[in-house]
Amino acid sequence: MTTTTAVFDPGAEATRATDAILRDTLHGTHRGVVVDSPPGAGKSTLVVRAALELADAGRPLMVIAQTNAQVDDLVLRLAEKNPELPVGRLHSSDADPYDKALDDLPNVRKSAKAGDLAGLDVVISTAAKWAHVKGVEPWRHAIVDEAYQMRSDALLAVAGLFERALFVGDPGQLDPFAIVGSEQWAGLSYDPSASAVTTLLAHNPELPQHRLPVSWRLPASAAPLVSAAFYPYTPFRSGTDHDARRLAFAVPSDGSGPDRVIDEAAETGWGLLELPARHTPRTDPEAVRALAQVVRRLLDRGGAATSERSPDPTPLTADRIAVGTAHRDQAAAVRSALAELGAGDVTVDTANRLQGREYDVTVVLHPLSGRPDATAFHLETGRLCVLASRHRHACIVISRAGIPDLLDDHPSTEPVQLGVTIKFPDGWEANHAVLSHLSEHRVPWQP
Amino acid sequence: MSLIATLARLEAVDTGRAQPLATVRHRHLTEHPLVFVPLTTAGEAGAPLGALVGTDRDAPRLLVVPQPRDRDLRFAFLAELAAVVLPYIDAYGQDVEAAERTETDPGTGKRVKVEVELCADAPQLIVPSRAGIEFVRLLGRSMRFRRTAEQEPEAPHPAPPHVPLLGRWLTHFGERARVPGSALLLALTDVLSRHWATGQSSLEDQHLGALLAWIDPPPLSDSLERGDPHERGDPHRASSGAEAALRAELQRDSRGQLLCPPAGPATDPAFDNKLLAPAIERYDRARTALAAAEDGLQADDRLGELTAAEREIRDLVESRTRPTWDAVWRGLDLLRALPEGTHAADRWTRDRWSFTGHRDRVLAGEPPQPRRDDAVTAANKLATREREQARLEAQEALDDPLVMAGRRLAGEAFAGEVTDVVMAYSESKRPSPRPLVTVRTDDRPHLAERAKVYRSLGGKPQAAEYVEGSYEEDGADTGGMSIVLRIIDKMGRGKEPETGSVPEKGDRVCFTLFEHEQRGGAKLPDPEDTPWTHGGPPGEATDPPADPVTEEDTL
Repeated sequence: MTTTTAVFDPGAEATRATDAILRDTLHGTHRGVVVDSPPGAGKSTLVVRAALELADAGRPLMVIAQTNAQVDDLVLRLAEKNPELPVGRLHSSDADPYDKALDDLPNVRKSAKAGDLAGLDVVISTAAKWAHVKGVEPWRHAIVDEAYQMRSDALLAVAGLFERALFVGDPGQLDPFAIVGSEQWAGLSYDPSASAVTTLLAHNPELPQHRLPVSWRLPASAAPLVSAAFYPYTPFRSGTDHDARRLAFAVPSDGSGPDRVIDEAAETGWGLLELPARHTPRTDPEAVRALAQVVRRLLDRGGAATSERSPDPTPLTADRIAVGTAHRDQAAAVRSALAELGAGDVTVDTANRLQGREYDVTVVLHPLSGRPDATAFHLETGRLCVLASRHRHACIVISRAGIPDLLDDHPSTEPVQLGVTIKFPDGWEANHAVLSHLSEHRVPWQP
Repeated sequence: MSLIATLARLEAVDTGRAQPLATVRHRHLTEHPLVFVPLTTAGEAGAPLGALVGTDRDAPRLLVVPQPRDRDLRFAFLAELAAVVLPYIDAYGQDVEAAERTETDPGTGKRVKVEVELCADAPQLIVPSRAGIEFVRLLGRSMRFRRTAEQEPEAPHPAPPHVPLLGRWLTHFGERARVPGSALLLALTDVLSRHWATGQSSLEDQHLGALLAWIDPPPLSDSLERGDPHERGDPHRASSGAEAALRAELQRDSRGQLLCPPAGPATDPAFDNKLLAPAIERYDRARTALAAAEDGLQADDRLGELTAAEREIRDLVESRTRPTWDAVWRGLDLLRALPEGTHAADRWTRDRWSFTGHRDRVLAGEPPQPRRDDAVTAANKLATREREQARLEAQEALDDPLVMAGRRLAGEAFAGEVTDVVMAYSESKRPSPRPLVTVRTDDRPHLAERAKVYRSLGGKPQAAEYVEGSYEEDGADTGGMSIVLRIIDKMGRGKEPETGSVPEKGDRVCFTLFEHEQRGGAKLPDPEDTPWTHGGPPGEATDPPADPVTEEDTL
């Protein structure tokens, strides 16, 4: 392994992959190109670059993202790279439909009607808004961002708008879901509740598939675990080495559980604060309080993060920390606990909403903590993957003890559907892999 | 499971009685539902053993297949079933009222109103449990591609007339039952457990007898009559739900048979092995003997034996379906005692549209529902069901304070008293009223910055925007909360809001974080325009081929 490590040049690898993707996109003969991107592998950078090159080549381009925040983010990135580029932001007719920052960009035109944006080099909107666009000339090219989080029926609604498309997304994150049962269509190639990429590839298996091989976000301490646990057949590397990132605290540890787990995570990239085993309600008050204390101490101890981005350490402030939970009521409980400790400006959200975001340190309430059972929801691979792959420096997991036993008591029992490709690894496997790694960074604590 | 449902279950365990989950009935029940209690044969999917069916609780029609593996007898059963169900359905198809529907004019592409017929009421099928709905679907699937002798005179094993049509109707009922809030085909256990929480698991709630025992336990004297020697004491004291449920699940008579037979369609193995199998064997022997009869006199005797054997199977089937039949009607009585929720009628109107639509498709001579949905149909169905699910959740909360209490407990709604109203206006050329309303509540809504909230104003949703919230002095955990909202619509066009459109100080109000009405989704392409990502157009719609006859069909 040492020899491969020595010759592996992440920058060159990434460039090679990007070049191949752009070649297929701009000059390929296929109608679609699929790009799998692990967490933090420069997906947005790729989308922006592909958009600029397609626009340069004079091909009218539509970009389909999944949320308004993603759309606004892409518009801002495009304008940052090329302020001259005429960009259209198609938005809904609700109040405050887009980020106010877009109003300062002279070459970005905003409208709720696709007709007003005709002729612009790039038009960007959400899949939901695009679905309402009717009776226009199809675009020559489209980029579909977060395609693995887009449902097949959403793609069905917009696929008539473009001739060819580049589909970019992270297969390891949360699959799209439906709020009603959809077993009726399980196994059909066009199951409307499946992901857009699943349907696309089922009907067009010959499309070229690429993947980005380097995660620039995940530190060297996290990439091997996330890759092995969630992407066993499509491994990736971190773009930085072990000594490239450092997290240090000005205030020394006071010996408490939260401080010890913070030090462990600062040192190794991972920390598991383990509370005594107990069945609890979803909003486990002890775990929530422990989590809030960890966040409070992270802020109080004068953290500083050093990375390849700048020679000087950047202070670890509230906007560089995020808390991730499985359920919304857990997020609400954490928010109010943080507000009581005066740390209300730290981002707290569910895995679904944290997708695509990046922080220096994340603090995660384990989805299975305190549960008497392990349901498909709590075992979902993508949920754990999102929670364990948002950080640049360290990830601290708060959990009740006994999850390995819980997993052993609840093997996956989902019915097998004919014609459905079984996803590997399953949540059970991935949970075990992550837990066994976390157990090496365990700090038992009785609050 | 929501927190309030968990609490109700705990209370049920504690008190021994099911606890209400609703104060009104959230599903429409028609005057004359058709109750269908089917039984199936163990070991062979879709082989009916018999059924009780009808609209009169005192006079069910008993249909039996004495040898379930005999395809001719099975077709005879299905033909009899069609003779009961189809006239019931047809009666509703004939009574229509005029209605309007918006359609896209094929010539101009404009949306225009068209005058159409809407059936004044619709048929309603009630089965005992969720497995019954699956069985209805299975029967529908097994029948709708059959061909009658009239359709294909040359083909062997033609289906009796009306059987394919019954298959199409049962398929429609089965498919409609997947739409949240629909009531064309209801599983009684589902409806009962929507309205009551028992002290057992939701899986156990699928046992109709046990579920009813929790909701309405029989008096002890009843269980004494049923021969339970352990029960002594005041015969008029109602037994506890838990005990009664256990009895319903487990108690057997001296012959080892369950006193409360499962609601089916699957039967109890002890019944299959000890009673049914020997009876069917006697029937088979009698039939073979009759076929081998050498003269008329012998044939007469043997026909008598055959009839007796058949009679025995009929009695057995009736003995296993009748308790369920009575239980279904008892369950319906319990449900009818609840007043119907306001929006249940709206949802029933959608069921009527669904029924009318299928009636029209049948009348127009369209082919049966395809074996598999195409990409566009599947996506449309999923979108409709998701919309109906959201609509159902909102409507149930608006109709029922107990359901709303659950949403409030989950932080999705809040109720309280208006403590202050300050008039304010929007900053535009023509300022419109944007009054600030302060609501004091003990609830803990999960309000995000500028979140929209809604209240019902004369049946229409009025929207407001969350401005700020503050906890009262005595700490975040115990005290109330004051929430300032900015009302943003439904106040008329004038500078001053219309009377009654803004809450006043002292008013009790309830705002929800979820929307009350659902927006229609985007229109999907027509199936013939299915894009390349989804395999392209499905091709010419052809009459689906009949199911091929397999070896198993002619055992």
